[in-house]
Amino acid sequence: MSSSLPGWKELPMGGVAFRPSTDIKTGEWRLGFRPVVKEEKCVGCAMCVVLCPDMAMGLGEEGKAQVNYDYCKGCGICARECPYGAIEMVPE
Amino acid sequence: MLHEGVRTCSGCGASLIAKLVLKAARKPVVVVSATGCLEVATSILPYTSWKVPWIHNAFENAAATASGVEAAYKALAKKGLIKEVPDIVVLAGDGGTYDIGFQSLSGALERGHDFLYVLYDNEAYMNTGIQRSGGTPRYAWTTTCPAGEVLKGKLEAKKPIALIVAEHRIPYVATASPSEPHDLIRKVRRGLEVEGPAFLHVICPCPRGWRFDPSLSVEVARLAVKTCFFPLWECRWEDDDMVLELTGPSKLIAEVPELKLPVEAYLAIQGRFAHLFRPKRMEPLIRQIQADVDANWKLLLRRAGMA
Repeated sequence: MSSSLPGWKELPMGGVAFRPSTDIKTGEWRLGFRPVVKEEKCVGCAMCVVLCPDMAMGLGEEGKAQVNYDYCKGCGICARECPYGAIEMVPE
Repeated sequence: MLHEGVRTCSGCGASLIAKLVLKAARKPVVVVSATGCLEVATSILPYTSWKVPWIHNAFENAAATASGVEAAYKALAKKGLIKEVPDIVVLAGDGGTYDIGFQSLSGALERGHDFLYVLYDNEAYMNTGIQRSGGTPRYAWTTTCPAGEVLKGKLEAKKPIALIVAEHRIPYVATASPSEPHDLIRKVRRGLEVEGPAFLHVICPCPRGWRFDPSLSVEVARLAVKTCFFPLWECRWEDDDMVLELTGPSKLIAEVPELKLPVEAYLAIQGRFAHLFRPKRMEPLIRQIQADVDANWKLLLRRAGMA
């Protein structure tokens, strides 16, 4: 193990995790496609917010779906499940 | 209730289910997780994805840990050190429930601790690389029951875990699917409200282990319900009698049987069943799976008094 890693004396007692995982930008994992919301079609039903496994979907100020590309892994569940066809997967 | 940056695979059912379960909770929640995909992906030191108090334990003792947590909070409440006992939720996978964790689960149910046990069933040990578990369905491919010339995946049927748990005569048992989020949330709330143990069996599509495109995660769960591969129901005990009710799409299928899709619709979109269709169609094996599904469905209908 490299000497730059903390030893057991520096680690928190009991291995308690202490930083929120928001430091990890899982958006870097996207493989070529990202969801884009077509605002004119979105009615703000929030189905995508409910079904996003990465907590990367939210409703914006105007009540339209908004993607957080920092964390979106590009799985495409939102685009497939949107009842109004308001989300499209476009190549990056 | 979960932070962004969960390191589950793209399109993961487990983080989706965990999110929905925590969304449903109305009181403060304490979560206990058995070892599994969800535990590993949410708690890589020093990072944690949980906004609620969360405790990780070994594979086999999630229910035992939950029992201890519940007893500890009860003791604190009795001494007047806390005002109310929080809801205790266990999130465990099929390995930690069907196989390794079953004795501690059975014991906790028998002792009657007040907690909700949520089983996210991705039907194999996905975290360690897709090994078979008691929850793997018949003829599914996994790395420890591969599909080859002689054997065509797992030979044994899936263990009916929810009915086994229901026979412990606990106040509430239900099955749910992420494709029916409202139904799932209602069942979580019901499970948290009842006095005593509750059990929720949720189907959890796994794009990596089941071999399908990540965007199909919710669709696969929906097909599992529509083909009656994974029917939705809830059950309670009244006067020493099991009262089982079908819910959501499953109730509709029971009333209008023509809506039941052939199980092939569910099998054909998953790579783990690809050997049943390519290079040549294995008709007897597909018929066997259909027969299993039909038999289980008939049993459920009888128990629900709808046969």
